[in-house]
Amino acid sequence: MAQSTQLAGSQNPLSKGMSAAEMTFAVVAAAMAFLSVYITAKTTSGPFAFHASLFALASVATVVAVFNRNMNSGGATIPQEIDGKPNYNYGPVKFGTIAALFWGIAGFTVGLVIALQLAFPALNFDLPWISFGRLRPLHTSAVIFAFGGNVLIASSFYVVQRTCRVRLAGDIAPWFVMLGYNFFIVIAGTGYLLGITQSKEYAEPEWYADLFLTAIWVTYFLVFLATVIKRKEPHIYVANWFYIAFIVTIAVLHIGNNAAVPVSLTSPKSYIVWSGVQDAMMQWWYGHNAVGFFLTAGFLAIMYYFVPKRAERPVYSYRLSIIHFWALIFLYMWAGPHHLHYTALPDWAQTLGMAFSIVLWMPSWGGMINGLMTLSGAWDKLRTDPVLRMLVVSIAFYGMSTFEGPLMSIKVVNSLSHYTDWTIGHVHSGALGWVGYVSFGAIYCLVPWLWNKPQLYSLRLVNWHFWVSTIGIVLYISAMWVAGILQGLMWRAYTTLGFLEYSFVETVEAMHPFYVIRALGGLLFLAGAVIMCWNVYRTIVTPAAETRQVPSGALAPAH
Amino acid sequence: MSLWQKHQIFEKNSLILVIGVLIVISIGGLVEVLPLFYLKSTIEKVEGMRPYTPLELAGRNIYVREGCYNCHSQMIRSLRDEVERYGHYSLAAESMYDKPFQWGSKRNGPDLARVGAKYSDDWHKQHLDNPRQMVPGSIMPGYPWLAKTELDTREVAASMKVLAFEGVPYSPEMIENAEKDLVAQASVDSADADAMTKRYPKSQARKFSGLEGPVNEADALIAYLQMLGTLVDFKLYDGKANLR
Repeated sequence: MAQSTQLAGSQNPLSKGMSAAEMTFAVVAAAMAFLSVYITAKTTSGPFAFHASLFALASVATVVAVFNRNMNSGGATIPQEIDGKPNYNYGPVKFGTIAALFWGIAGFTVGLVIALQLAFPALNFDLPWISFGRLRPLHTSAVIFAFGGNVLIASSFYVVQRTCRVRLAGDIAPWFVMLGYNFFIVIAGTGYLLGITQSKEYAEPEWYADLFLTAIWVTYFLVFLATVIKRKEPHIYVANWFYIAFIVTIAVLHIGNNAAVPVSLTSPKSYIVWSGVQDAMMQWWYGHNAVGFFLTAGFLAIMYYFVPKRAERPVYSYRLSIIHFWALIFLYMWAGPHHLHYTALPDWAQTLGMAFSIVLWMPSWGGMINGLMTLSGAWDKLRTDPVLRMLVVSIAFYGMSTFEGPLMSIKVVNSLSHYTDWTIGHVHSGALGWVGYVSFGAIYCLVPWLWNKPQLYSLRLVNWHFWVSTIGIVLYISAMWVAGILQGLMWRAYTTLGFLEYSFVETVEAMHPFYVIRALGGLLFLAGAVIMCWNVYRTIVTPAAETRQVPSGALAPAH
Repeated sequence: MSLWQKHQIFEKNSLILVIGVLIVISIGGLVEVLPLFYLKSTIEKVEGMRPYTPLELAGRNIYVREGCYNCHSQMIRSLRDEVERYGHYSLAAESMYDKPFQWGSKRNGPDLARVGAKYSDDWHKQHLDNPRQMVPGSIMPGYPWLAKTELDTREVAASMKVLAFEGVPYSPEMIENAEKDLVAQASVDSADADAMTKRYPKSQARKFSGLEGPVNEADALIAYLQMLGTLVDFKLYDGKANLR
């Protein structure tokens, strides 16, 4: 086994010490550099020239990095095992963890800014680059794809190595995935600010960014799958099923929803091949499953590894995880049309979408039960370990929003909730409570493991993070519930004479106090994340010998 | 051998697991998406739909660029209050040439599916410059730079060519005259206006922003807003003929 794995990374004598992988990356990057320079010179669009020159710089940097790496290593291969133990590759995991923190702060901050813009429109400052319409996609992409994506890729690279007991497949490829993905985010984000968007929600990046992401995602899939294939455990651990479903499905969704024809090679603009009602269905087939597979399946993988690990208990039920897995991935794919109730989408599709959305409640709660019951016999740890508490509360939020989702997918409820802030509240109970907390919990676990520290710098700070952001979430979602239901009711209110009671702008004015409360909630959530960054920073820089478990407040175990 | 043990085939063979996942996730999408392309009842038969004029298309691209869809839907649901507030519920046919669709998902501002001809050009111009000048309680950002920015028309014909390739009925004649039509629609009393209106029925030609000088982005955006929802004549539309 060790022999065969070393063969894979051995030198190719024809290329003077460069491995096949190094050659491939160098040649492709060099070709990309030429193409980018050509586009920079030819395009009439300033923003596209800026992006093409960024691509050129990144390609040149890739070539230099590959040659540099080859010179430094002298063509030697990295051992797969040291003293019979897997030589785990933590470099990309560390990068992704730090990148997640960076993008988290950036995404939460932009969220706070746009929340304030809705309360105080003067904050748009009449400037194109920071007007609400351009910043809102920046916020959603930064939190979902930049923060969430880095957490997912980093954690998957960690979990797949540990649960397969082998080093990550490839040496350059994982770095290409990590750095390339973050480069994609820079292209996407700066594009929105400069006005480059295809206006498909949660899929706004234009054709060239989409193509680049496809290349990264396929590489990601290959790295992950190759690692699973060379595993030294007979079984594939349940977390890896969820990671695989997440990676495969996101690839399918991304390609399907973004099928577009660019105006020309030198134009950033493209036109989607689908139109009107079919495009709407494709969009929400994609959009709902970006929730289902990016924000759910991927983070359930995190739950299935980190919750048992932190609680030091096995997963509650093996059979439940099998049912949970297959039912969840089957049913999610049907739920998209509930975003299009009472629209011009044919009724049969709406009804189908609603029915499956309600059924989806069951596997969702199956997963929640499997996660929560993993704590059987370890519930006392909630009092002493704020990291575990964060993980458990994330599962509770998961249960809450996966109940609320089916409820809102019922047509009668949806007639009230759709187009209002209720939807925003629902999304954020899932995003802040579930995705946010399970990510924070995973990061709090990962940082000491990756940087070889006995524990976190301070559990007391974790406790502060937990309570500050929990108050933030509660303010956020309750404000949005009230705002959404109020606005929905005002839109359909009639006077005794049978006229509509409120003009549209009156319903907008009624939102103001709730928008202010929501912004305050967002500020608290951001403050909690800043506390986390400080804690992570101190954990990394403090020498291992000096870290001392700081007790978390008065929460000593009962005697 | 129990069913649970049979599941081991997925747990021990990564490729079988991947294939299993692919099959399971394909079913829902195939059942819900594919019929929309061949069931004739998906899109109603209506009179009046035509592709966007070059100026309207340019305006639509500005609408997309500024992210208007983040706050404005273009989809009136078949609910009593929506029909009374905004007009006849939206038909699938009304967005049949929309690539991508602009139905939206959130109403921080009102629906725009039938905003065309509801307000004057001047109202739109001033509202874009400073929304609170026209609607004091509005939370919409101001877009004063649109009227000050000259419209980039270099890619309009190429855009129409791509759209025609994707099935939008732009004729070679329309593509050939794209820039001429664009300028004609944004001018007062242009000699080319009649030819333009012939190619694009119900289109209107005037200087939408009211400003002198070359075609600006506000001209294009207002031209787009003023045509939204005006193509289908609902006095003549027979909804019962399209019962589905």
